[in-house]
Amino acid sequence: MTHWIILPVVLPALLAPFIIMVIRHHLDLQRIFSIAGTAGLVLIAAGLLNHAASGDVVVYELGDWPAPFGIVLVLDRLSALMVILTAVLALAVLIYAVGTGWDARGRHFHALFQFQLMGLMGAFLTGDAFNLFVFFEVLLIASYGLMIHGGGSTRLRAGVQYVIYNLLGSTLFLFALGTLYAVTGTLNMADMAERVAALPLEDTALLRVGAVLLLVVFAIKAAVLPLHFWLPASYANAPGPVAALFAIMTKVGAYAILRMFTLVFGPDQAASAGLNAWLLPAALATLTVGMVGILGARQIGRLTAFAVIASMGTLLVAISLFTPQASAAALYYMVHSTFAASLMFLIADMVIARRGDDIVVTRPMPQGGMIAALFFAGAIALAGMPPLSGFIGKLLVLDAARGADWAVTIWAVILATSLIGIVGFARSGSVLFWKCHDPGIVTPPEDEDEIPDPVEIERAERAMRAPSPMALSAAFGLLGLLVVLTILSGPMMEYAEATVDQLYAPSDYIDAVLRRSAP
Amino acid sequence: MELLLASAVGILTACGIYLVLRQRTFPVIIGVSLLSYAVNVFLFASGRVVLNMPPVLSDSAQGYTDPLPQALVLTAIVISFGMTAVVVMIALSAYLSARTDRIDMDDEAEGGA
Repeated sequence: MTHWIILPVVLPALLAPFIIMVIRHHLDLQRIFSIAGTAGLVLIAAGLLNHAASGDVVVYELGDWPAPFGIVLVLDRLSALMVILTAVLALAVLIYAVGTGWDARGRHFHALFQFQLMGLMGAFLTGDAFNLFVFFEVLLIASYGLMIHGGGSTRLRAGVQYVIYNLLGSTLFLFALGTLYAVTGTLNMADMAERVAALPLEDTALLRVGAVLLLVVFAIKAAVLPLHFWLPASYANAPGPVAALFAIMTKVGAYAILRMFTLVFGPDQAASAGLNAWLLPAALATLTVGMVGILGARQIGRLTAFAVIASMGTLLVAISLFTPQASAAALYYMVHSTFAASLMFLIADMVIARRGDDIVVTRPMPQGGMIAALFFAGAIALAGMPPLSGFIGKLLVLDAARGADWAVTIWAVILATSLIGIVGFARSGSVLFWKCHDPGIVTPPEDEDEIPDPVEIERAERAMRAPSPMALSAAFGLLGLLVVLTILSGPMMEYAEATVDQLYAPSDYIDAVLRRSAP
Repeated sequence: MELLLASAVGILTACGIYLVLRQRTFPVIIGVSLLSYAVNVFLFASGRVVLNMPPVLSDSAQGYTDPLPQALVLTAIVISFGMTAVVVMIALSAYLSARTDRIDMDDEAEGGA
């Protein structure tokens, strides 16, 4: 078992250079290896999940250096959950990308995709704060490449914004780590947790600065208001499958908040008390802006991007309560919203390929009925209506918020914004799929004089093609996962509660990392 | 020494933030570079500033300087160098395809916030 933990990092790290160096001119081979590698990741992740479910905290010491000195990878229930979530999502997205031919519209898609997976897996598994930074950079630099995959001036300009915003975030991350290192003298998370707990209260001013900086960094990744500005333009202009994969990237921020602010700066630590008082209003504002953005969006790409912001808002409301019940609800909602947002990006990509990005009335699109059904299901999931898992997730969050100080505000905001979201989805859904069938509405005639845009021609060519069974199976697979998540919400919640028990009793984690007491 | 280091970090950060808030890619990239220099110096100082001390303890050593921040700085330099190269390439191709080097995209349709 010992070496299995590092496999989710090593497998993509070996596969990506292999794809670049050996089979760079063979797209079919790249596809086979990439899908096989990602399927392998799913299997490894399932094995790890099975192992972590027993409650063991497994520690892997790189180079066999003991914990505070070397870098460790740590597998607990939370990491295992995130790893399998990433692997399953990546497999669906990859199948979609291959099925629609997105991977052939630029170079090195598969290599970048594998590097992105390596960064994600590493970020979820590492037990070292600086190593977390390094894996953030790995996943970011791969995401820069994926973001501008396929080219086009709008996408490149959105890419510049995205890269610069994230570079600033990285700089801030380094400042935060430097501050924390200066105070605690360690970067190992478990060791840092002990030192923070042992620090006398009057010496914690600098530590608080570090903690707040760290929170800001993770809030940038998680697109919390007012640091969400990078998300709509980036996600709306990224290629569809890439945006679908990016649905997990905001969750990296949420994961990091959950990890650092239960382990190192736990809710009972005097040094970091009062931080969640900042996070909760920001999360509520994020939720509101996201849902209003859904209502106001005039392109389907932006609609989906704002749906991601809204789901991050709900997720962070649950996280910022920092109670075991709320965190368990957050974990359930995190799994749900990752799949739902990703599904919505895939649907948006199918719609864009057939009729363009704008939410206006045009001619009916090919396979409109099926895509409308998918959109309907995705919208139900994202708005949080029954019968899909979004409803259960929101119910759990509301239930967990019942005892909180802000309970009335939280309930009011979540319920009101859900209504706004439903109206927003219903409006764009009916414009996209129904109004084009209405004989009373005349679509503007096509301008004959206009020189056809190369993008338009490309779009028409793609729409003409029969729907790829692979692409559809990916979208339906994600929908199926949502259904499974709904049906198996009982076992899923049991796992989430067990995870939270582990999170709120960090001594097991710390002991396992520092003293090799775990087998 | 401390004053010099602290003011260097402060001035570099201030200049970096000013340049990042500009509208064009070139000053923004310079600003990001300045910020990364500032953070490198800051990380270097986070292990406490000492003069003429060995990084490795030995029997005859009077004290030591913390070697870890230097390793961190090395990593940070490599990463920021690579990132700067990437952003220069992306900004160049964005400029060449859009014929403008403005950072904001206000000629695009704005939605929501």
